[in-house]
Amino acid sequence: MNIVVLVKQVPDTESVRKLVPGAGTLDRAAADGVINELDEYAIEEGLRIAEAHGGEVTILTMGPERAAESIRKALSMGADKAVHVLDDGIAGSDALATSAVIAAALGQAGFDLVIAGAESTDARTGVLAAMLAQRLGVPQLTLASKVDIEGTSVTVRRVSDEGIEVVQGSLPAVISVMEKINEPRYPSFKGIMAAKKKPVQTLTLADLSVGAGTAGLAGSSTEVADFEPAPPRGAGVIVKDEGEGGAAMAAFLAERKFI
Amino acid sequence: MAEVLVLVEHAGGEVKKVTAELLTAAARLGTPAAVWAGPGIEAGQPRLAEFGAVKVYVADSPDFADYVVAPKAELLASLVASAAPAAVLVAGSAEGKEVAGRLSVMTGAGVLTDAVDVAAGPDGAALVSHANFGGAVNVHARVKSGLAIIALRPNAVAPEAAAGSAVLEPVSFEASDAARAARVVSREVAAKSARPDLQEAQIVVSGGRGTGSAEGFKVIEELADVVGAAVGASRAVTDAGWYPHAFQVGQTGKTVSPQLYAAVGISGAIQHRAGMQTSKTIIAINKDPEAPIFEIADFGVVGDLFTVVPQLIEEIGKKKQL
Repeated sequence: MNIVVLVKQVPDTESVRKLVPGAGTLDRAAADGVINELDEYAIEEGLRIAEAHGGEVTILTMGPERAAESIRKALSMGADKAVHVLDDGIAGSDALATSAVIAAALGQAGFDLVIAGAESTDARTGVLAAMLAQRLGVPQLTLASKVDIEGTSVTVRRVSDEGIEVVQGSLPAVISVMEKINEPRYPSFKGIMAAKKKPVQTLTLADLSVGAGTAGLAGSSTEVADFEPAPPRGAGVIVKDEGEGGAAMAAFLAERKFI
Repeated sequence: MAEVLVLVEHAGGEVKKVTAELLTAAARLGTPAAVWAGPGIEAGQPRLAEFGAVKVYVADSPDFADYVVAPKAELLASLVASAAPAAVLVAGSAEGKEVAGRLSVMTGAGVLTDAVDVAAGPDGAALVSHANFGGAVNVHARVKSGLAIIALRPNAVAPEAAAGSAVLEPVSFEASDAARAARVVSREVAAKSARPDLQEAQIVVSGGRGTGSAEGFKVIEELADVVGAAVGASRAVTDAGWYPHAFQVGQTGKTVSPQLYAAVGISGAIQHRAGMQTSKTIIAINKDPEAPIFEIADFGVVGDLFTVVPQLIEEIGKKKQL
């Protein structure tokens, strides 16, 4: 089975995240880059499916040069190879533009199963997997807390707002995974050494026949009008409990008419 | 004025609160027109009229329940083609965002997810507010031209009653074969809690690592129940298995925006703040005076939650009797 796992490098949530003045795009140089957390679950799920059913795991990343660090980490976890869409023209792509580029790369690489994290910690749009299913015309098996594959049939437990939906579709398909679907493995020393020799193919927008009007800031259908740091919340009242802390809090709630 | 389509969230004929919020936001951009997918419109129509829906497109097809997301997106796409709306508003739930994503691909229109406010810009087109990076940056965004697809965070816009005629307009609908690719074979509906829904609640009481155990977490439920709140939990709590993951508030859990958020025994790491920083009023109880949660709290008590919370519960009880 040809499994493609989508991996996004995001700014570490522990570091200060900034937007670029003017464009309102993410300043990717300002913060440390890490693999988007939910994507680690996607990588692990891909590796487990390949181990159980046979096949190859390809990492697909779109991002600047430094995203190569995240690709290496994914390879050191055990993925077989990677595709890195690297082009100045992709900077500032919104969700719709991103999905066009990824769909083109998937079309070129070929796939039986695409696995993504349910959302990224930077933009948090949560739409990419659904967009890809629509573009590729394959089943959308998203928000999965469990994945079962039997032959060409894929069944997932979808975490919906109402509970769980058991959803079924046929390969090829797009899956997105939720937190805690599995326990992502740590790269072993052997894995880290092996990753250095694994093939990483670099593709440009031209290689994918994606026109400049489809990707990047110019090709995006949305734009940031303006932005500003959130005003600091008014300094609150902090009291030390010396026997009356709970009563003081109740008085505050009464004053604000919550009780 | 152009129509603004609102995809109604409903279960068993009951219209969810977020739909009233969507109708209120829609009225700022044009003429609110509700879109009802599935059965039960008879029960839901009065509620839609109460919040200003001028008409209701009704498509009752089993496809909406039998197949994931795609049929709803196809219904909206067909209405976009026939009604030429200025915008489409959906709930910023996980499913709502997916509907928005597919609709965006179908129509080529831009999608703005997790909006915390919507207003008409100088040109009348939608200008959307986002609270990015866990509420650290306020961003205004818009589509460059044409149709705007907007997913609005539940509880962010206050619903305002506005009389609407809610005239029913039946629409015939049949999903395409492609939209029938992911089939729902069964459902396990979560047991209905007596407490309000986490993302719709006016008050959320959340507990963190400081509760120490599943047993210790019960004090959070007690406090929630005396103020009629939903219960939330930090990641430390759900990771430890003291409370179910479905109640996790934060970066990788639910995002909430209640009138009052109580963080009890929660240090307030960015992971957690990302899910609650847009709450209107924040109170905190933590034994560490340096806990970052106090930086965003309107009122905080530095102390042991196991003495502060019982006293708080008792005092609330006294005030209720007055």
